[in-house]
Amino acid sequence: MSAANDEYDPKEVAALAPETLQNAVGEARKAFAAAADLDALVAAKPAHLGERSPLLTARREIGALPPAARSEAGKRVNEARAEIQTAFDERRAELQAERDTRVLRDEAVDVSLPWDRVPRGARHPITALSERVADVFVGMGYEVAEGPEVETEWFNFDALNFGKDHPARTMQDSFYVAPENSGLVLRTHTSPVQIRALLERELPVYVVCPGRTFRTDELDATHTPVFHQVEGLAVDRGITMAHLKGTLDLFARAMFGERTRTRLRPSFFPFTEPSAEVDVWFENRKGGAGWVEWGGCGMVNPNVLRACGVDPEVYSGFAFGMGLERTLQFRSGLADMRDMVEGDVRFTLPFGTEA
Amino acid sequence: MRVPVSWLLEHVDVSDLDEEITAEQLADAFVRIGLEVEEVQPLGDITGPLVVGRVAEIEELTGFKKPIRYCQVETGDEVRGIVCGATNFVEGDLVPVALPGAVLPGGFAISARKTYGRVSEGMICSARELGLGEDHSGILVLESGVADPGDDAREFLGLDDTVIELAPTADRGYCFSVRGLARELACALEVPYGDPAVLDVPAAEGDAWPLTIEDPEGCRRFVFRRVTGVDPTAPTPWFIRRRLMLAGIRSISLAVDVTNYVMLEMGQPLHAFDAEKLTGDLTVRRAKAGEKLTTLDDVQRELDPDDIVICDETGPISLAGVMGGATTEIGEKTTDVLLEAANWHPPSIARMVRRHKLPSEASRRFERGVDPALPPAALERAARLLRQYGEGSIHPGRTDVGVPELPEPVTMPIDLPDRVAGVRYQRGVTARRLGQIGCRVEVGTTDDGTTIVTVVPPTWRSDLHQPADLVEEVLRLEGYDTIPSELPPAPPGRGLTEVQRRRRTVSRALAEAGYVEVLPFPFVSPATWDAFGLDGEDVRRDTVGLLNPLDAERDRLTTTLLPGLLDALARNVSRGQRDLALYHIGQVVLPRSEQVPVPELGVSRRPSDAEVATLLAALPQQPLHVAVVLAGHRERPGWWGPGREANWADAVQAARLAADAYGVELNVVTGDLPPWHPGRCAELRVGDWPVGHAGELHPKVVEALGLPKRTCAMELDLDALPLRERRPAPAISPYPPVLLDVALVVDREVPAAEVAAALRAGAGDLLEDVQLFDVYTGEQIGEGKRSLAYSLRMRAPDRTLTVAEATAARDAAVAAATERCGATLRG
Repeated sequence: MSAANDEYDPKEVAALAPETLQNAVGEARKAFAAAADLDALVAAKPAHLGERSPLLTARREIGALPPAARSEAGKRVNEARAEIQTAFDERRAELQAERDTRVLRDEAVDVSLPWDRVPRGARHPITALSERVADVFVGMGYEVAEGPEVETEWFNFDALNFGKDHPARTMQDSFYVAPENSGLVLRTHTSPVQIRALLERELPVYVVCPGRTFRTDELDATHTPVFHQVEGLAVDRGITMAHLKGTLDLFARAMFGERTRTRLRPSFFPFTEPSAEVDVWFENRKGGAGWVEWGGCGMVNPNVLRACGVDPEVYSGFAFGMGLERTLQFRSGLADMRDMVEGDVRFTLPFGTEA
Repeated sequence: MRVPVSWLLEHVDVSDLDEEITAEQLADAFVRIGLEVEEVQPLGDITGPLVVGRVAEIEELTGFKKPIRYCQVETGDEVRGIVCGATNFVEGDLVPVALPGAVLPGGFAISARKTYGRVSEGMICSARELGLGEDHSGILVLESGVADPGDDAREFLGLDDTVIELAPTADRGYCFSVRGLARELACALEVPYGDPAVLDVPAAEGDAWPLTIEDPEGCRRFVFRRVTGVDPTAPTPWFIRRRLMLAGIRSISLAVDVTNYVMLEMGQPLHAFDAEKLTGDLTVRRAKAGEKLTTLDDVQRELDPDDIVICDETGPISLAGVMGGATTEIGEKTTDVLLEAANWHPPSIARMVRRHKLPSEASRRFERGVDPALPPAALERAARLLRQYGEGSIHPGRTDVGVPELPEPVTMPIDLPDRVAGVRYQRGVTARRLGQIGCRVEVGTTDDGTTIVTVVPPTWRSDLHQPADLVEEVLRLEGYDTIPSELPPAPPGRGLTEVQRRRRTVSRALAEAGYVEVLPFPFVSPATWDAFGLDGEDVRRDTVGLLNPLDAERDRLTTTLLPGLLDALARNVSRGQRDLALYHIGQVVLPRSEQVPVPELGVSRRPSDAEVATLLAALPQQPLHVAVVLAGHRERPGWWGPGREANWADAVQAARLAADAYGVELNVVTGDLPPWHPGRCAELRVGDWPVGHAGELHPKVVEALGLPKRTCAMELDLDALPLRERRPAPAISPYPPVLLDVALVVDREVPAAEVAAALRAGAGDLLEDVQLFDVYTGEQIGEGKRSLAYSLRMRAPDRTLTVAEATAARDAAVAAATERCGATLRG
């Protein structure tokens, strides 16, 4: 604003006086600081930086000064203006930051709200365990072999060195397919897959065979007529019982932890000779630390090799078999076998979609 | 087999061991060599005074519900009054008495107390109360003259002992005896062994009784010995009663107890006939159809022509190796005892046991094999015990007929055990260990310089046939714990097969999409097919049946996974679950149209490829299926708003998802198959090949099975999805797309999938994607029509597409839809 009514002194224009300029800067700062939001700031801007603001008005009066004083006065005005501009920019940045913060704060949600519109499903723990076991052996160079659940007696019993009168062949133990003397059973173990593997594959054979098996046990807390096994078979030159032991040790550690201890106990099976039960040591077994039977194993009976056309003078092998339900029982503390078969989603869901 | 440690140690000399051996250590030794220990049970957990008493006077108390006796019992320095509820004793009998201050097994403290109106100063004990067995039928009466009143009963009763219960494996019949177990223990501890069956068997003069074996397959050997003039009232001596008691065998009479005792000791089951009840010569043969026999348990049994029987002139008098007959049973007056020791064909005995559901101590041993050399020694032992304790005279004759099967020699390289175990055993271990178990061992050399052993197994080891059997003996006695742990040099494998990967992929895809896996049984009832509304000709009714199902209703193997899944669904609903999506991957069993008989194949050689092929052809087909069922919400309601009920489209989508996860695109066409809703059933195809169905279930099926309304299901033959070993990589264009929408009006019956296929075909290579984004029916469109709105995404691989090019492609697409599906562009 020109001070038109001020006393005229060409050497000292009041509007260009340092105090006046400083005053204008001070006024501007005060005004900007007073602006509560960006809109107010924008509204306050013309009065201090606009065409008709004191500084710009003052600049127009520089011409009235003697030439020697003009340059200094110009400099003074420009500095003041820069100061005001900076004050404005700073305040704007401040207000923008405030606004941004407020907007984000207003958009805040309750992140704890559920969003299970389509909850995940789950894989049965037996399936997941079966794959885990297969992966352990695939990692050792084995291949996964499978076979049918309705099986011929020749594969399920004869070739495995079960005598014609073996008690496992009775209808008290095994499911037989109608009609009488059909020669077909529901496989009582996954061992027939071993026979198939030996007949179909080139030697050496290293296979692991997971699968569903059947025995005529009534369903109760500790038995189920339909269950799952995993068996392993290695037939090669120079296979020893030490190899069996090493393999079982590795398998047990993969299932029950690195510090797992195993023990082989002499036993009897038609298809292995020598035979053994494999026990695992459990610190927190029900009723105190101790050995718990995990499965059966042994060196493949030469009669089995012969039935598959493998020369027992040249090749030897080991085989082992475990119940997957039992293995799961050890791993997960399963209380009741019926939970495995009833399909209650509350049982299966906690196991997730484990690969 | 339950056996007291004291009995074992009579035949195993542990006196040279550095430290006294405990029962637990003996049990561990058994386990280490392969005898499963079921229980280690120390006897006589008894403290305080337990003495022998003599019953001086019995006063019968009356007025109580049961007989009660008040007895004056001499217990050494004093006579005590004791109340007793048993009646199996008379004045003068010696009995065990627990005096006040004694504590019996189970923490049962004895004190003087008033009962039945008298003060009872102690308790007269039964065997069970003393922890000597299960017998609680009366008190334990001791034979007279063996102890004096006031003697410490603990020592007399042998309570400082432990019973070990063992479960020998089926191949080790010889371990059902003290003789066998003691030998095992001696081998395990490497200490001297004394064989109870080694005794002088005198030469006989003539037969003990005439006998003919007509069935040499069933009966390998039959031996009789006869003891006459036995005092039928002679009591069984305490040491025999005690050992029978601890083995869980009831004491019956001296003659019967002696046969059982010798069976426990040697492993040879014996039978005692009352010779006076026998009529004429005896015969061993198979039973004839229609013959009957009343066994010792007073059950009349119909005999089977496969049963082996001992007959006199009246017919069958004994079920061989299983149970004697009632007519020739030892009775209260028997003085002339004919003792039988035979060797029976184990499988025949096993079949008889199963047929008559009659397991016995004798059959348990015969099924597993009994030493054929034992009968003379076992009979001698029994006869001598009868002579000693029954005052009898041994008849000079012995019947001994039959030809026992003896083990054949086995030859093997002497280092075979080392090679099988992967261990270098000390020199001489093989011969030493095999000698220890009773083999005759000869070491020799073959022409090529290999050291071999020729081994004749002992008569009690009918399980040793081949080198591997001998190897096991060496390895187990040396200890499996001495075998190191090594990994075999497995060859590099090729990982999972494509078939296995397909299964895993589908399983995971469904689980991640919200389906929960269940593993139902494959057993199904034919009634299910009626509930499913299958007509009589439906192939799914053609099932494989079971001869011995657990549940007579569910006697068939299922041809579809749906019954099991729907069962699981219903069970979950009954337990309060509402929103359910379940899946199952499993084999189904599809009979072949022509049943091929299973060929009889031997096992002495590999069957020929042709034989294997006939074997495989006899099996039903068993493809792997995947199926899902859904009910309730597919998308849950919640704070976000309402949910969405599962519907037919979810079931179809489950199929598409499962197949697509594995890289297979399904064609979905209209289907019509029970149990699905006829208007909401999709047939799933790979190309033109049907592989499954999906949709909503028929309302009648839902009702019949009690399922939630609008239950949906899908089933797919997983094996029919083509393998995708390698999936080709797509070429991705970096140029911008042109998006164009078209709305087409078609007849309502035209499936949307066909319209999309026509658009795809018409548009050609420039079309990258077609999405159906709206389906509309209404007046504007006209009766029987619907409008399908598609979004087409066009893109060129090598340039930015011009609008003109894109429009031309769209027009071609619409033209194709018009031509194939009668579509008109909606104005």
